[in-house]
Amino acid sequence: MTTAIEITGLSRRYGSTTALDDVAFDVEEGTICGLLGRNGAGKTTTLSVVAGQERPSGGLVRVFGHDPADDSRVAARTSFVKDDQRWPDDFRMREVLAVGPAFHRGWDAELARSLAADLRVPEKTPVKKMSRGQASAVAIVIGLASRAPLTIFDEPYLGLDATARQLFYDRLLADYSEHPRTILLSTHLIDEMESLLEHVVVLDQGRVRLDCDVDDARASAYAVAGTTRAVTAFLDGRAVLSTHGIGGLTTATVEGAADERVRADAAAAGVELSPVGLQQVVAALGSASAASSAVHHADDGDDFAGPTTPADADRRTAQEGARS
Amino acid sequence: MFDDGTPIFQQLADRIAGDVLSGTYAEGDQVASTNEFAAFYRINPATAGKAVNLLVDRGVLYKRRGIGMFVAEGARERLAEQRRASFAAEYVRPLVLEAAALGIDAAHLRRMIDQETTS
Repeated sequence: MTTAIEITGLSRRYGSTTALDDVAFDVEEGTICGLLGRNGAGKTTTLSVVAGQERPSGGLVRVFGHDPADDSRVAARTSFVKDDQRWPDDFRMREVLAVGPAFHRGWDAELARSLAADLRVPEKTPVKKMSRGQASAVAIVIGLASRAPLTIFDEPYLGLDATARQLFYDRLLADYSEHPRTILLSTHLIDEMESLLEHVVVLDQGRVRLDCDVDDARASAYAVAGTTRAVTAFLDGRAVLSTHGIGGLTTATVEGAADERVRADAAAAGVELSPVGLQQVVAALGSASAASSAVHHADDGDDFAGPTTPADADRRTAQEGARS
Repeated sequence: MFDDGTPIFQQLADRIAGDVLSGTYAEGDQVASTNEFAAFYRINPATAGKAVNLLVDRGVLYKRRGIGMFVAEGARERLAEQRRASFAAEYVRPLVLEAAALGIDAAHLRRMIDQETTS
């Protein structure tokens, strides 16, 4: 397999704000890769840099072997309709469809027309005045019909109803099957879209937290439940992502594979193991780093945040020491 | 359609194997293509491909180049044999554990099974 997108040491700062910090991941050519993470994690910035619409503050980005910010060969092979895309005042869907082939060599006019009809994009409304859902539909039509070797979608479902989303997933898979290409998309609808993906990258606070095949991502954490006493004992020394308690019972999400040894430990500790979905893994990764960087509240007994790494544990101990 | 625990390709492979076992696909029948499975179950074609390859490795399906995927001769018996091997662990043991938790003793459980199998 060849690599379509190569990112190493990527950083992006806006003034004193760091949006991306030492981001590194690859996307193989011909795969669908999902970019996941909380709001503000750096998803849109990453997509904009890959599309060559923003320059990195540092690091290296290569798309099809070239610098997307400087090389027109990348732009010609990339399709990305940004959220804040500006259109001429008088542009309606008809004009959008008319200019498509000028920007994308692989433009399929028939696919564009049928998608616009199926997604019920209004014909007479200027694109500038369209609703959120209608604007999303326009972006989907352009994204799919452009058949670009690299197609980027940034939360393409915003404002779409359930029927339109289902239609998008079906048409995406059908067209991708017939015309394999590299697709990079960001999403919060993990339960709904995870089966479309082959690879996932999870960002949190500008850093990569997970970068693997979707099946491995599901196996990268597990849940444990039982009495607070038993669970607390079991969690000692493990990479706890999040915990949740009620009365004397606690459940926790733990990073790592539930291998033979973990199973044996769980049985010995009298706690119950269960698998977690990708959505839960991503949610836990987001809450864990927020918890580890926040001050730990000693009186918040029901929902405590465990340490994620030995360094975090040290920091927490230091914070507690400083308070007492 | 798919649950959290096991990888999606594994679940799809189990489902296709179940269809072979139940006779939905007869031996020698052509099954759907990878892209058709992907479209029908709304999953990534690579994931569907992994499921099909797994069944090829297990001798349930075989590929006829340029034509498609077919159910292998003897696939049904092979699958039944595999499932018989795990039947006790997957079905009988949970049944016995649940019965014990409810205070149903072995003799009572046996009577209930007899009743089910004769009715």
